[in-house]
Amino acid sequence: MAKRIENTGEPVQFTFDGQTVTAQSGDTVAAALTAAGIDILRSSVVSGAPRGVFCMMGTCFECLVEVDGVPNRQACQVPVTEGLTVCSQQGAPEVLEASA
Amino acid sequence: MTQHSPMEPTKVDVAVIGAGPAGMAAAVTASKAGLSVALLDEGQSLGGQIYRNIENGTPFRDGILGRDYVAGRTLAQSLRASDVTYLPRTTVWNISTDNMLDLSRDGSSSQLIADKIIVATGAVERPSPMPGWTLAGVTTVGALQILLKASGVVQEDAVLVGSGPLMWLVAAQMISAGTPPKAIVETTPKGRMAQAMPHILQALKGHRYLTKGLSMIRQVRGAGIPIYNAATNVRINGGEVAESVTFISKGKEHTIHSNHIALHQGVVPNQQVTRLLRCDHKWDASQHCFRPVLDGQGKTSVPDVYVAGDGAGIGGAKSAALMGRLVALAIAQEKGKALPERVDRLEAALASDGAVRPFLEAMYAPAPQFVKPAKETIVCRCEEVTAGAIQEAVDLGAPGPNQVKSFLRSGMGPCQGRVCGLVVASIIAERRKASMDETGYYRIRPPLKPIPLSELANFQPLEVAQK
Repeated sequence: MAKRIENTGEPVQFTFDGQTVTAQSGDTVAAALTAAGIDILRSSVVSGAPRGVFCMMGTCFECLVEVDGVPNRQACQVPVTEGLTVCSQQGAPEVLEASA
Repeated sequence: MTQHSPMEPTKVDVAVIGAGPAGMAAAVTASKAGLSVALLDEGQSLGGQIYRNIENGTPFRDGILGRDYVAGRTLAQSLRASDVTYLPRTTVWNISTDNMLDLSRDGSSSQLIADKIIVATGAVERPSPMPGWTLAGVTTVGALQILLKASGVVQEDAVLVGSGPLMWLVAAQMISAGTPPKAIVETTPKGRMAQAMPHILQALKGHRYLTKGLSMIRQVRGAGIPIYNAATNVRINGGEVAESVTFISKGKEHTIHSNHIALHQGVVPNQQVTRLLRCDHKWDASQHCFRPVLDGQGKTSVPDVYVAGDGAGIGGAKSAALMGRLVALAIAQEKGKALPERVDRLEAALASDGAVRPFLEAMYAPAPQFVKPAKETIVCRCEEVTAGAIQEAVDLGAPGPNQVKSFLRSGMGPCQGRVCGLVVASIIAERRKASMDETGYYRIRPPLKPIPLSELANFQPLEVAQK
């Protein structure tokens, strides 16, 4: 379980799939979700398997989420702001199957 | 420091990409020499990954992260005191041959022309492909450290799996934070100490690093954390999320339960920008990575393009800053500027700081499991391509990563091969019995990071007259 060892920022609230998450100013979306114990951020585009934060530094693109309606944002690169609407991103493996 | 204003510069003497130790040091030195400098960085704040969040340290977090981390603050302060134009949250998504950089910042794109470009994009973690490594809850060890540095967040039940100095450092920092890892599964193969010993005399010149390393390992052992040595056959089990890690150590199979498994196999140069620019690269058999071919002054095979820091080959933060200064001085000299500091002293410091590297490289070279993963292991995480599928593509005639990419889409997902590139190349080389240089690497194309079409549609390139 994730734990915050120090409170340095101001509390900031945003939603993830409709659930209210309290973060701290200075957090990225990925850090805030990790701190809130949320490990699944999306499903993969190929098999639909659940995926979550992996590198935290903008390299791996595993933490792609929809932020305020814009898809494919790297949660580890987006700072939290009050009232942000974040949604998990669902892969669409059925599209692949349909076109196969 | 020039604050970012609506009037961003459109032309500078030097554009530095990356605000870690190499980038900050290069920018400050170039600016001191009288050159106009723009420092472009994707992050929210100065420091890169090694000095992440360095300007917002608290005494408590500084205590956990240690002296070598805190040392980065001086560099950040010198940057703030300089005339460098620092642009945070700025992604360089293309560089064209006329030294034109395409930038994305806060959802809109713009351009910048630079006489010289210093690539200081640092390192990425070497991939640790193993069964189950795509499960949610599995991260890199570096990710745990970034959570700690940037947000003061730690995983209480984490199991660290892998090898190398960073893993021990993070374990020691987690202990200091009051949340020790549940276990450490060390994958350094048996016999590595013997292979590293020929380098020990040279390494003793960098004894500060050896002492630090030994004290970290002692701290972890002293904390009573279970440590499993020379682990092989490592796999992560779970359904939706990681539930446990299974491995063989000392002839016995172990399973440790945790929802948070963190992997590490050392770090390697981030090649995206230098590959985009078609700089020559060579395989480094000691560091087990590709690195750009540089002259003695950090200059690549492409005119006006320089590399400083871990992107040039892994040397760590202190070497990165020294190299940043040296590259900036080389550019200043070329531009006929008086040099603000002495080159020979910096070169001597760089040589001394790097003395420990050959020892570390022999000791912590990636274990075979991660270089030649088992058939069923997913290698390309984005497109879920297995090691076995890559081998089959090679058998069908694909000679290198770009052909395998056409066959299987490996490296074609959103990460653009950043994670899988080295493993895909090593699987191909192994299968073909070819060298890594013969096998090559992915051809990297713009945009370096995906940007929305709407941003491209609104993008107004600089007028030709301004160029």
